[in-house]
Order: sequence, then structure tokens, then C-alpha cells
Amino acid sequence: MDVLVEALELLFDGSNWTGSMLDSGSILTRLWEHVFISVTSVALAIVVALPLGLYIGHRRRFEALVINLSNVGRALPAFAVLALAYTVALRWQISFEFWPAFIALFLLAIPPIVTNTYVGVKEVDADVVEAARGMGFSEIEVLRRIEIPLSLPLIVAGIRTSLVQVIATATLAAITAGGNFGRFIQNGFARQERPLILAGAILVALLAIAAELLMALVEKAVRQRSTESPDATVFDEVGLGPGVEAA
Amino acid sequence: MNDLFRWDYVFDHLDEIQASTLEHLKLTLLAVGVGLLISFPLALLAHRVRWTYGPITWVTGVMFTIPSLALFAFLVPFTGLTVLTAEIGLVSYTLLILIRNIVSALDAVPADVRESAVGMGLSPGQVMWRVQVPLALPVILGGVRIATVTTIGLVTVTAVIGQGGVGTYILSGLRSLVPTFTILGAALAIILAVTMDRLLVLVEKLVTPWARSRSARTA
Repeated sequence: MDVLVEALELLFDGSNWTGSMLDSGSILTRLWEHVFISVTSVALAIVVALPLGLYIGHRRRFEALVINLSNVGRALPAFAVLALAYTVALRWQISFEFWPAFIALFLLAIPPIVTNTYVGVKEVDADVVEAARGMGFSEIEVLRRIEIPLSLPLIVAGIRTSLVQVIATATLAAITAGGNFGRFIQNGFARQERPLILAGAILVALLAIAAELLMALVEKAVRQRSTESPDATVFDEVGLGPGVEAA
Repeated sequence: MNDLFRWDYVFDHLDEIQASTLEHLKLTLLAVGVGLLISFPLALLAHRVRWTYGPITWVTGVMFTIPSLALFAFLVPFTGLTVLTAEIGLVSYTLLILIRNIVSALDAVPADVRESAVGMGLSPGQVMWRVQVPLALPVILGGVRIATVTTIGLVTVTAVIGQGGVGTYILSGLRSLVPTFTILGAALAIILAVTMDRLLVLVEKLVTPWARSRSARTA
């Protein structure tokens, strides 16, 4: 219990928010680094994964290939991908702080978004799509005005999974060189200062929970706007996996 | 370029590589096995006594958000650089996945089926083990697969506390900046995870000849 008290003292000591936190960087600096790398890597993953998922969902081409790749991608151990990215960065003399972690997190964020987007578009009621075509909608209009709005809750759920997973995994970047909340944990372990480890863990967990709640709100808002999409809720209830992935 | 990955190192150390791969697998299977032993009764409880589902998933959900690196590092002063430290962490990460899957699998068994089993004179135990569990098996196995693959990834992290299986190669590669080690460890971990994933998909299909195959998993 002493450890918990000491960890909380670290967190509630105002000077640690702008200053040392036992010489591992201020909480605000590390928070910014953690949020920055998580959000940018997921943002780039969206740019790649969303069009891909929409394309294979709408055109029904290369589905098996992309979805199998995506499923395999989900099985990739984060630490292994991170280590590989670090090795490549070392080889090509790229910045070690940001890029290895960014590349690894970007790759890990892709599969859930691709899969969810694809399933979301595919599960849109075929009759609705046919009706839209019958009304003279072009393919782009079908996608933009029917398929995307109806699959939006599932797409957002995919982004949510990716984001929370990336926030948890970013912690591991501290083993290589990346700066974020993981630095507290890594330094605490190296120096055997348990309060620092615990304080770091609390910060990561809080950030992950905050992201989860925020995205749950977005999902709810989006879902209310497309209540006529019955498929959207089904997958959550199947419970094939929690929104968070341990890293 | 030729020192990026040295095959001669691999060929000279095949025994060692095989041993660490087996160790990785052992750590994983032990964690999932113990995870199942703990999850099953809890899932049964949550299935029977509905209000316990919330607290059970809440507690295991919080365990799930603890960063693995922190959990392992934090336990070391109590349980040392041991297998026990690794397994406590690994097992606790399997619980949420397994419990959620087992509960939703049991819930999905139609009430009619259960009632007719009771009507045919089966005891509650028989209804559970001869009707509900077999019908729930595919979804339960889906959970076992996700838990196994997740655990294989987490075992690489336990290298930090000296119990890493193939993660040991990754870590020594990162520390010594010898790319051969990092690449070897990462490749082994990836091969192991993907192989187990595909293998368990196959098992799922084998035990459920009646189920439609579903290629996509959503989050």
C-alpha cells in the first residue's frame, strides 16, 4: 500500500506535471508525446485502411486476400513489430525516437479498421443498395450516401479498437527509445523504483480508459444517427474480443 | 548488408533456438490453460447469476488495461525474476477475453434446446456438459484462439524479466544492436503467433462442421 501512496504522491505533486517526475520528464511532456504518437499513427492508419475497406466492401474484390492479411496482421506480436521497425530505423539512420514506434503502431492500427469497414459496408442491406441504384444513384453516391452512413458505427468501433490498442502498445516503445508514459515504467524498472512504475502504469491505464470512453461516446452519437442499421450492434454483442488489447 | 541477418548464426544455434521456441510455447499454453481454469467457473457464475457479470468483467477489464511492461516490472520485487511473475501477468490478461467469450457462447445456446434437454430428463450437470458446452464450443474456441495469440505476443515482453522465450533474442538484439538477434526473435514470434492463429482457426472449423465459416472478425 505504501507503494500506491507514493505513486499517488508523485501524480498529485503539481511540480511533476511540469518538471522532473524523478528525472524521467514531466507528466505533461510525456502525455503529449504519448497522445501525439498514438493519434498520428492511428490517423495515418485510417487514411490507408478506410479506403481499402470501403473498396473491398463495395466492389467485393480481393476480399479474401485483404481480410486474411488483416487477420494475420492482428496476430502480429506488437513488441516484435516494434523491434523490427527499430532495427530498420537503425540501419537507415532514421530518427530512433519517433519513427520506429510510429511505423510499428501505424501497422498495428490498420487491421481492425480494415476489417470493420469491410464488414460494415458488406452487411448493409442489399435491398437498400439496390433501391438506391434503382433511383439512379451512381456508385460513388451509393457509397457516400448509403453505405458509409450505415456502416459508420462499425467503422468507428474499429478506430476505437485501434486507438486503445495503440495507446497501450506505445508504452513498449520506451524499451527501444521512444519517449512517452512508458519512459516512467522503463526507468522505474531500471532503477527499481516501484512508485514510478506504478505511477506510469496508472497514467497509461487512465489514458487508455479515457480514449475508450471518448470513442464510445462518438460511436454512440454516430449510432443514433444511423439507427436503421441493425447490423451495427450485432458484432459488439458477439464479444469476439474486448475493445482493448493487452500490449 | 550481409551482416543484417547472419544465417550462419542461426544454423550454428538451432538447438538453442528450438529450446527457446518451445519455452515460448510452454509459457503461452500454461497461461491459457490456467486462464481457462479460472475463467470457466467465473463465466459459469456470470452466466447463472446475471448481476455478477458486470463486476467480473469490470475487474478483469481493468487488469487488461494495465500495461504489460508495468505489470511485470511491478511484480518483480514480490515474486522475483521468475516464471511465476510472468505467469501472473500472462494469466490475468487472458481472463477478460476468455470470460467474455464463454459467457456469450453459453448465452447463445437457445433456451428451447436447454428446455428440451431438461424435458428429456437430463440432470443440470448433464445439460451443461452434454448440451450447452458442446454447442458453445466454437465461440469458446474463438476466445481461446484470441487469448493464445495475445499471450504469444505478451510472452515476448516477459523477456524484460528474463522469461522471454524468443523475446530474449529481441531484447538482446535491441541491447547489443546486433540486428540478427532482433530479426530472429521477431520472426520467430511472428511465425509462432500466425501459425497458432491459423491452427486454431482450423480446430474451430473441425469441431463445428455445421457452422458457416466466417472469415472476418470485427472489433
